[in-house]
Amino acid sequence: MPSIDETLGQYSELFILLAAMTFTVALISFCWDLATASKTLQAVEDRLARQQAPAEAALVGAGARNGAAAGAGSTASAETGLETAGDSLDYGGRRRPAARIGVALAALGTLILAAGVISRGIAAHRVPWGNMYEFCTTGALVVSVVFLLALTRKDLRFLGSFVIGLVVIMLCAAAIGFPTPVAHLVPALQSYWLIIHVSVAVISSSLFTLTFAMSVLQLLQSHREARSRAGQPDRLGFMRLVPTALTLENVAYRINAVSFVLWTFTLMAGAIWAEKAWGRYWGWDTKEVWTFVIWVVYAGYLHARATRGWTGTRAAWLSIVGYLCVVFNFTVVNVFFSGLHSYSGLN
Amino acid sequence: MSETAKTTRNPAGEPAESGVPDAAEEFVRQIDGHKTATRPSAAQDVTLPSLGFIGMLRWAWTQLTSMRTALFLLLLLAVAAVPGSLFPQRPANPAVVTQYIQDNPATGPWLDRFQLFDVYSSVWFSAIYLLLFISLIGCVIPRAIQHWKAMRSQPPRTPRRLSRLPEYGALALDTGSPVTAVTAVENAARLLKRRGYRVEVRGTDTSMPSVGAERGFLKELGNLVFHVSLIGVLVSVAVGGLFGYRGQKVIVEGDSFVNTLVGYDNFSPGTNFSETQLAPFSLQLDKFQVQFDRESKTHYGQPLDFTATMTTKDGPDAAPRPQTLKVNEPLEIGGTQVYLVGNGYAPVITVRDGDGNIAHQGPVVSVPSDGAYTSTMVLKVPDAKPEQLGFVGLFLPTALENEKGVAFGSDPDPFNPRLYLNSYAGNLGLDKGDPKNVYVLDTTKLKVLNDRTQKSGGIVLGPKETFTLPDGLGTITFDGLKRYVALDITSDPGQGGALLFSTLALAGLCASLFIGRRRVWVRAGTHPDGRTMVEWALLARGEDHRLAAEATAIRKLLEKEWLARPDRPADNSKKAGAASSGTKNS
Repeated sequence: MPSIDETLGQYSELFILLAAMTFTVALISFCWDLATASKTLQAVEDRLARQQAPAEAALVGAGARNGAAAGAGSTASAETGLETAGDSLDYGGRRRPAARIGVALAALGTLILAAGVISRGIAAHRVPWGNMYEFCTTGALVVSVVFLLALTRKDLRFLGSFVIGLVVIMLCAAAIGFPTPVAHLVPALQSYWLIIHVSVAVISSSLFTLTFAMSVLQLLQSHREARSRAGQPDRLGFMRLVPTALTLENVAYRINAVSFVLWTFTLMAGAIWAEKAWGRYWGWDTKEVWTFVIWVVYAGYLHARATRGWTGTRAAWLSIVGYLCVVFNFTVVNVFFSGLHSYSGLN
Repeated sequence: MSETAKTTRNPAGEPAESGVPDAAEEFVRQIDGHKTATRPSAAQDVTLPSLGFIGMLRWAWTQLTSMRTALFLLLLLAVAAVPGSLFPQRPANPAVVTQYIQDNPATGPWLDRFQLFDVYSSVWFSAIYLLLFISLIGCVIPRAIQHWKAMRSQPPRTPRRLSRLPEYGALALDTGSPVTAVTAVENAARLLKRRGYRVEVRGTDTSMPSVGAERGFLKELGNLVFHVSLIGVLVSVAVGGLFGYRGQKVIVEGDSFVNTLVGYDNFSPGTNFSETQLAPFSLQLDKFQVQFDRESKTHYGQPLDFTATMTTKDGPDAAPRPQTLKVNEPLEIGGTQVYLVGNGYAPVITVRDGDGNIAHQGPVVSVPSDGAYTSTMVLKVPDAKPEQLGFVGLFLPTALENEKGVAFGSDPDPFNPRLYLNSYAGNLGLDKGDPKNVYVLDTTKLKVLNDRTQKSGGIVLGPKETFTLPDGLGTITFDGLKRYVALDITSDPGQGGALLFSTLALAGLCASLFIGRRRVWVRAGTHPDGRTMVEWALLARGEDHRLAAEATAIRKLLEKEWLARPDRPADNSKKAGAASSGTKNS
């Protein structure tokens, strides 16, 4: 077994800390983007409202302000006059300098993080996902890469503060909660199934992270839409940068469908590995139980989308519950439950 | 995509965009996969008694196979699986369950009554998944019949107003074009067929011929395969439970094992297991090597490799084969798998009794409890005379003492092996023939010979050392050290089936989620001014965000077909533009 390169391992940890800082600044930029977008729009609208007859402005409320404020990339619903981002999720419309800075910093952070993760793999002479610290850092890398790839095709910058926020949380959890110096794998983990099973699990979890953010936004947006229909004032101004609840639901569904297939594969690959390592493909180990629970919840989500009265908000809640199970499975089950999957690297 | 999304989004509502009654109805039926829950109206409730028993059954069946019920059962299954991770489970660890019930005398028995220690074989968990599978069967069968019919029938009739479908396009061919309405439709049919559509040309004798096309039958087929495969997985699990077996065996270096019932330390047969199923193989542990991390400062002493060198024989007369067994690399012998699941130290001990005879000689398996292989050990010597002897204590591979003189294990390798034992004399309770756990000795009724509190003190032995027991009851000698492996030996005839069906399920899932089931209609007619007019429309069945892209692709195909024909002048740019085309929603 080749020796661990501990110096490189320490550099890797430095890279990851540096990435965490970069992502933190990116997060601030994305939040700034949401806040300023909300504020400048508010100012424009107030000015518009003042120009119009006060009575009319008071009466039509949200309905009156459309064209001037809405850029090419956003739409105002004809029915309610509520402004949201365009359903096509294409780039365009008003300039968002803060969001641009956020994307640039996120890209920079991703590069640094990639350097950290890869150097850790080189230092250990193996794939860098053998304990909690490594799951977190590799997971954060996959989340940010998937997000940046998605950004090249669609304007999902509205997700920035959520997704990059989760990346920051994952990196902090790794650095503070689960710090583990680089080391060899214990015999139970020395299998090519580690590469297959865990990598797919990480990718799947990353996609679930994206859809979780979308489902939360969907709930906020549909709440906002409902308020608007009821003629109440819009209190969630930043949600203007976010597309309609329906669009969010459809995009989340598409990603969840892919992720569900990956999760099914994770479960199967895990079962095959379990057969190789422990002599049975399924044994209701705590980790297996929770993997199954997650699978069933997302299966429920897919079915809910085809069941009357369960689309929209309820499906979004299922998606959120599913993600909470993913988080629970990763944190609480790994750290506090005893079981065969006790590879957290924590003592 | 917004159009399809809207129709998909609210199947109960009016998919107004489609505007085609038959398509819309079918659409709703398809979306509502399971039978639509037909709740009897209040008026029906009043007349229900006349339905009688059969009617009630039918009503119950409709309820059970409704999508809503399936969804409810699915979510219930997720919730019901959770307690199995919160409470210790008997199949995984019976001893922990017994301990849990002892530690919680108030709640333990109640939890046991509700089968919370056997969640996955409990009545309630079984009820949920069986109902779910019945619901699934009740859903799959009618859908399979329907799909069988759909696959054998022609694409549905061309809607009267194509422009009201979610994706619509039209183009007009120049007056000079040789393409008539009929040839246009035939061309379109050929192109669509090449694109994987099943096509039917109709109305060629009318002024408005059209082609109906449909593709993506694999979507529904995949859906059905997925659900049927889940039943297959369940059956495979049941087969494993019926005909499989699982046994544990500890083998010390130099010892061997023959695959017979008496050879096992522990054996759990399947319900229909018979002893004739045991393959007549044997195996011997020649050597067991362990490698610990000696380079890392942070993970010093962490195991890196376990390798068991074995000699196996497929049968009593077969030639012996050298084989290597490692974690993650099981041995396969005669349809049986052998797994390396544990290892530890077996100190070789000789006990001479009060009469000076050897009452015990050989390795004693100690059970490691931490990374430094701090191991607990029990030795029962029922053959000792005049009194039976028992020893309980610790084995430390590398013993160190702290300031207070308390010994602790500091390394998993045997750099300074020590035995720390208490000794007892008296009736060990083995004579009645009741099965007893070899790793536990009940010392409450025994006379204490040696322990820390006695004047005689505890027994501490290094290699080759001998300790003389008080009262002339004998001696104990630590002769040497061997390693042992703990093996799991299993046979699961359902395993292959489970793999096959889960792979099928995955393939079916991919097909059902990623294949688009689409219908295309192309209609042609002749304008009074002589131009051939072509219009087409697409409709998705189920969620299909790529419908717009498909519409674009079809437009390109049609344009390429008619606007770049070799018999037409290629330089006529006006003609390409003359194809006055318009699309909706793209």
